[in-house]
Amino acid sequence: ITDVLTAVALYLAIQDFNKVVFKKQKLLIELDKYAPDVAELIRTPMEMHYIPLKVALFYLLNPYTVMSCVAKSTCAINNTVIAFFILATIKGSAFLSAVFLALATYQSLYPLTLFAPALLYLLQRQFIPIKLKSKSFWLYTMQYAALYLCSLVVIICLSFFLLNSWDFIPSVYGFILSVPDLTPNIGLFWYFFAEMFEHFSLFFVCVFQINVFFYTIPLAIKLKEHPVFFMFVQIAIISIFKSYPTVGDIALYMAFLPVWSHLYRFLRNIFILSCVLIVCSLLFPVLWHLWIYAGSANSNFYYAITLTFNIGQILLISDYFYAFLRREYYLTHGLHLTRQDGTEAMLVLK
Amino acid sequence: MGLLSDPHCRRALSRLVLRLNTPLCALSYVAGLGWFLALAFQPLAPRTYMSENAMGSTMVEEQFLFGERALSYAREFAGHKKKAGGMPVAWLEKTMWTLGLEVHRQPFSRTLPFPDELRERYMVKGTNVYGILRAPRAASTEALVLSVPCSEGPHNNQAVGLMLALASYFRGQIYWAKDIIFLVNEHDLLGMEAWLEAYHDVNLTEIRSSGTLGRAGAIQAAISLELSSDVVTSFDVAVEGLNGQLPNLDLLNLFHAFCQKNGLLCTIQGKLPRSDWDSLPAFAHSLQTLLLMVLAQASGQPRGDHGLFLRYRIEAITLRGINSFRQYKTLEGMFRKLNNLLERLHQSYFFYLLPSLSRFVSIGVYMPAFGFLILVLILKALDLWMKLSKSETGGAERLWDSDHTGGEESRPGLLALVPPLVICHAAGLALYYLPVLGQHVATQHFPVSESEAVVLTVIAIYVAGMALPHNTHRVLAGGGSDRGWMTLKLLALLYLALQLGCLALLNFSLGFLLAATMVPTAAAVQPNGPKVLLAALLVLATPAATLLLGIFLQRELVEAPAAAGEGWQLFLAALAQGLLQHHLYGSFLCPLLALGTYPCWLLLWNVLCWK
Repeated sequence: ITDVLTAVALYLAIQDFNKVVFKKQKLLIELDKYAPDVAELIRTPMEMHYIPLKVALFYLLNPYTVMSCVAKSTCAINNTVIAFFILATIKGSAFLSAVFLALATYQSLYPLTLFAPALLYLLQRQFIPIKLKSKSFWLYTMQYAALYLCSLVVIICLSFFLLNSWDFIPSVYGFILSVPDLTPNIGLFWYFFAEMFEHFSLFFVCVFQINVFFYTIPLAIKLKEHPVFFMFVQIAIISIFKSYPTVGDIALYMAFLPVWSHLYRFLRNIFILSCVLIVCSLLFPVLWHLWIYAGSANSNFYYAITLTFNIGQILLISDYFYAFLRREYYLTHGLHLTRQDGTEAMLVLK
Repeated sequence: MGLLSDPHCRRALSRLVLRLNTPLCALSYVAGLGWFLALAFQPLAPRTYMSENAMGSTMVEEQFLFGERALSYAREFAGHKKKAGGMPVAWLEKTMWTLGLEVHRQPFSRTLPFPDELRERYMVKGTNVYGILRAPRAASTEALVLSVPCSEGPHNNQAVGLMLALASYFRGQIYWAKDIIFLVNEHDLLGMEAWLEAYHDVNLTEIRSSGTLGRAGAIQAAISLELSSDVVTSFDVAVEGLNGQLPNLDLLNLFHAFCQKNGLLCTIQGKLPRSDWDSLPAFAHSLQTLLLMVLAQASGQPRGDHGLFLRYRIEAITLRGINSFRQYKTLEGMFRKLNNLLERLHQSYFFYLLPSLSRFVSIGVYMPAFGFLILVLILKALDLWMKLSKSETGGAERLWDSDHTGGEESRPGLLALVPPLVICHAAGLALYYLPVLGQHVATQHFPVSESEAVVLTVIAIYVAGMALPHNTHRVLAGGGSDRGWMTLKLLALLYLALQLGCLALLNFSLGFLLAATMVPTAAAVQPNGPKVLLAALLVLATPAATLLLGIFLQRELVEAPAAAGEGWQLFLAALAQGLLQHHLYGSFLCPLLALGTYPCWLLLWNVLCWK
């Protein structure tokens, strides 16, 4: 049920988002901000018509979603809350978006980083420019932050009243932050901490956790014009670097891929990456079986596949990021780049 | 990311892949096969050595003196077996009891899915008898097993005699830290499976057994013994287990060390070790041994009763006596060494190949051979992908000019792939389920026995798959172009590479054999070009043909070459055995070939018949 709810929420969200994108594109064309020869890069309503349906189908039919549904994991509920949060943000309702974000953060700490893209989107929607000196910017930020913190506090207090003790805080948030349980999963934490000396474990826990939160700031600076893409990248980073990832998290950000299908022609390594991801997903159970049941392999084999899988995901995200930036560059500077002496130039990411 | 993101580098790489594709593929394939053949070269393979610390330090002084007693027990057992017409349960129980062991019996029964022609049985009922020697000063937390299969006729009587004599000797010693279970199982593998399942309290196959079982703790290692004559001159060791799983190399090293200490001749795959290594006949000899091991492992059949222990993480080997009298000391020594174990054997290799008993090839050395073969598939897939994406961008630009919506071209292309995929997998499912389910229908309509019906149904479905409609793509618009078959071939190649990769991790020999036969034809198949030649090659590469050729090769290597008719009979028997093994012991060869490799091969056949 939660999966269906998530799919519906994503469908509605993307529909709205498409309308916004199209309007913005029209505005920019009229303002003549685009270079003259980028006719092929402009998106048409006809191609964008099926995208919401594709997003919903991508989520529902993803084998990862099916797997996490069969395993009866709470990840599905997590995904639903985040999907509703996205819907609320895109619709523009600051209150609902804050409430859902608070719910998501309450469940697992990491959606805290989604505060930034949501804020940026809402600011954009209110046509408030993002300048550090602007009063309306700070006013709105304060409003939104207040809404968010209040709902978070309300939820935490409700839990307190249900349980009559503050014990749940260390057991939920302390658990996520300090990573005491090292059961192997598809993430990066368990092997590292299993091999490490006790003396250094606090330091490395801090390093790993900061790693998740750290990317918000540079991405916010670079992608402030495109908050929804920022949200997508942020969700992906959470699902790769969180302390206990599951395949349900991966399913959520993969559902967004059809939204950026127009970037397809700029993606460079999509074939290799999708092969790597599929091969790793298939090798996970094989090596798990060899390690645990047959006893012929050991944890190194399994961790190798985990590493490769995560590297594949990271490369996928960075590929999409690069493609997005490249398209933006082409839109403003024209498709056929020429250097000063007239020869054809090529865009290189340094 | 420099290699993948730098545009100059990318252009150079893609040009390399596109232009030099066929030479690179051929080179890679030859490199893979050459690497594999080089594995048999003796000086390149390291000598075997004991990795487990607990087994290396003490060298025991064996004191077994009861050779005569063993022979007399053997004669008594033979007499009682003939009288009882099966396993003499009561006599065994009484003898073990007088020796001072804790005796238990376990009756079991199983109805096979179809009658087994090879061993002539259908509804099997039997009894396992085992005696536990409790360690005098330990807590019964760990155990060792010495198992002897009770076979029909005069086989294996001496092994029972030896086991009983060893039991009486071991009973008098005080140094045992682990319990020893002396097991006599009836109906070889079936009895073994029944005992193991009951011991570990699991229900993997549908075998039914009853009786309260005495347990002795976690089993650390097991040895299965087969001796058929009074005078034994050499011991042959068998390591391959179910689904190609191998025991820890340390157990083999232990056996080899003791054989050398006692001057007992030991062989592997029935071949004596040679002392010269540099000559060509020696290379041929070790290559033969290696190939025999690869073929045995690829079949996924356990080569002795020990094969079923491996699934429960119990290291086990089977020793077959050919003719010698020093085996008592060897066995006593081995058991005393195993007694010293502190933890399960895990130090040495689990994945290896044996060109001879004193040399081994580990996984790190043999995997590159397989890697080269898979590289061929990957190169071909990359080549197809680049051709497809080039034609797509070219097409998209033209379409944009003529004001069509882009994406129309690719959508029927993808949709046209779905019917072949569905049909091929449906054929695979039919191949897996129909033969056993439909055997009664077949026996009603045709004058054949049930097992023949099953085997013939298998062959019939296999061949019928080739004749299935392959032209569904013509019905859907836009699928008849080149893009259609290229996309299908790309999918088939990736699917094959995935399957072979996963398979190589679980059962390397099977993966390598299938790769060696299927990869060149998979890479070369296309609708244009010499159709008859490609069709012939594809038929040769099919898994069934690989099985047939494997049988012939195996007979050649054991120096008993088979004629064509005999080979065909063996092939049919192998099909029946494969199916039976899957249902009885859970071997995965049959479902893998039916549900995985066969649909993949059918997809390639589809590509060939695209036009």
